[in-house]
Amino acid sequence: MTLRQLLLLTAGVGLLAAAALTPLIGSGYAMSMAINLLMFTALATAWALFSGPTGYISLATVAFFGIGAYTVAVVGEALPWGLVLALAAGLGFLVALVVGLSTLRLRGVYFVIFTFGLAELIRQLVTWYEANHAGSVGRFVFLDISQAQIVWQLTAVTAVVFLLGALLQRSRLGLTLRMIGDDETVALHCGANTTAAKLLAFSLSAALMALVGAIVAPRWTYLDPTIAFNPVVSFQVLIMALLGGAGRLYGPLLGVIPLVLLFEYLSAHFPNHFSILLGVTFLAIVYLVPNGVAGLAERYLGRPRPSQPAAAAPAQPKEGTS
Amino acid sequence: MKLRRCSKILAVTAALAIAGLGAAHAQQPSSIRIGYAVSKTGPYAGGATTTTLPNYQLWVKEINDAGGIKVGDRRLPIEVVEYDDRSSSEEAVRAIERLINQDKVDFVLAPWGTALNLAVGPVLDRAGYPHLAVTSVSDMITQLSKRWKNAFFFGDTSANYARGVVSVLDQLRKDGKIGDTVAMVSVADQFGIELSKAAQAALDKAGFKLVYNQNYPIGTQDLQSLVNEMRRRNPDVVLAFSYPPDTIAFTDQAKALGLNPKVFYTAVGTAFPLYKQRFGDNIEGVMGTGGINPNSPAIKDYMERHQKALGKEPDRWLSPVTYASLQVLQQAIERAGTLDRQAVAKEIRSGTFDTIVGQISLQDQVYSGGWMVGQWQNGEFQAIAPLNRDGARPALVPKPAWK
Repeated sequence: MTLRQLLLLTAGVGLLAAAALTPLIGSGYAMSMAINLLMFTALATAWALFSGPTGYISLATVAFFGIGAYTVAVVGEALPWGLVLALAAGLGFLVALVVGLSTLRLRGVYFVIFTFGLAELIRQLVTWYEANHAGSVGRFVFLDISQAQIVWQLTAVTAVVFLLGALLQRSRLGLTLRMIGDDETVALHCGANTTAAKLLAFSLSAALMALVGAIVAPRWTYLDPTIAFNPVVSFQVLIMALLGGAGRLYGPLLGVIPLVLLFEYLSAHFPNHFSILLGVTFLAIVYLVPNGVAGLAERYLGRPRPSQPAAAAPAQPKEGTS
Repeated sequence: MKLRRCSKILAVTAALAIAGLGAAHAQQPSSIRIGYAVSKTGPYAGGATTTTLPNYQLWVKEINDAGGIKVGDRRLPIEVVEYDDRSSSEEAVRAIERLINQDKVDFVLAPWGTALNLAVGPVLDRAGYPHLAVTSVSDMITQLSKRWKNAFFFGDTSANYARGVVSVLDQLRKDGKIGDTVAMVSVADQFGIELSKAAQAALDKAGFKLVYNQNYPIGTQDLQSLVNEMRRRNPDVVLAFSYPPDTIAFTDQAKALGLNPKVFYTAVGTAFPLYKQRFGDNIEGVMGTGGINPNSPAIKDYMERHQKALGKEPDRWLSPVTYASLQVLQQAIERAGTLDRQAVAKEIRSGTFDTIVGQISLQDQVYSGGWMVGQWQNGEFQAIAPLNRDGARPALVPKPAWK
């Protein structure tokens, strides 16, 4: 292990420990901030597991997040909590698998549009089912799960996401994904099973997003399709990952922290101008930090780095080829 | 912005006052801090900025003009902390947590809409804040009031609203004014589904014939095919359990396509001033959710004050009730003589309050004295159900054809 890796590891463990300790020392407000930070860290990092190396921009985050939340609403009171979480993750994985089979052949902007439509499609399907068969569109989630427990569960999931990400980067699958990001046709000609690789990464990332949705759901009591499948979540995750830099495992984290704090500051101090300021922030990020904070940092810290053209540019294949 | 600036000035004044008086007096509050987060943007903004926000502003202004709320032997002005929940549950929960933990407000006023009230319910309950939910209509409220001891529901259950509609129809049929064919559409949202389910059961029980029953996704603006289907069946009664945007769209398209039943009912939004502005004379005879008793002096006075202070009319369903809920809070604080939330909640549970909608008592945490059905009669949204309550008028049927 190099000094740099050791430093990163220590920083990561330190941050997670700080998050896990908030319920013991912080107020209710600190706890809700911790939940927010952890939720977006887990979502954005899970997003970057697939979209980072491959460069496939997905706007389906909220589709899987919502599936997780809905799993809790439907079976949360009937099954033990551990099983509910497993079911949520499993459902997310399955849906992504089925959807991915038919759509991961799409590339570029077609994929972006498709994933955005997917979230909408699932929302309409759930609404249709609830209205015509369940007889009620809203569902109630009455579970005795405290805010502190949500913080701890999110901490655990975040740790798992990072662990998986690290393993993925060092695996054959990770290499294939990065090849896809560099040039999919070449990857295909090298004999890589690109469809299988994309499918697996997409489903894995979806399962983690569903898990996060399931953990956060008990905060809301009342859940309907508009709440569970709110497209704003997808966009927020995307912009956080892009600000941080999706090519690095820790990249999204660097975007999540400033943006969550910024959103909080804006909605507390400029409640009437929030949307305008949010739009300006997005523009600023796309124009000023196209490679993300991670890219900036590494440029100034003097790490050798090939030029990267796009925002969600793939990570360099040189790292962790095992 | 005005309110926020106002609250900032007040905060500075309060800070100076406390600093000037010294530490001994710092215990004594110099104002009542009241916080709320309502949807100023997003899909709920239309309802929130018609029914909820204007009444909060009116109430705060009136109290501060009068010198404040009387707590013990002092009058304390209200200092407002206001956020936008952007029509999102997560944002609403966080805003309420911020109000309670960061801004340390004395009381929190409810957000707009069933979903958001239910979302913030557990937070307020955990922190021991009284929760006066007005714009929240659900069959769950009896169950919820058992769970949250400090929550008070001023909206009614969906089943009661649906039964109110059917009671009007039943009476009209007895009087020989309508037949028994009913066509119904509903928005596929919690409110629409609950209402249409309850209405279906009540219509069946009363022996009405449901010739058409269909729901449409929330956000649908093109309802022409539904209107045409209804017109083809020529029903005596048309019911639309709709939300404000589709209430407007449905009325618009019924008018354009010449759907002229004897009874025309649209749900949320029919009572909004916007409806009157949009359809002018055509509103005559349209029924909807809510209603007021325009001859009540208290209501008349309230509508004048609302118009004068805010430059617009209130809606004629839950606007007066929202204002009444604030009167309940104010009187409970004055009777408790303290800002202690437990004491105030206890007063709300046990007392009887004089409000613009009459005497209110909340023993079982639910106010069920609201109007169920109203009808536009001579430019006013006259309450017609519950049928025999003081202030109700008989329904005018048939509704005149669209002009």
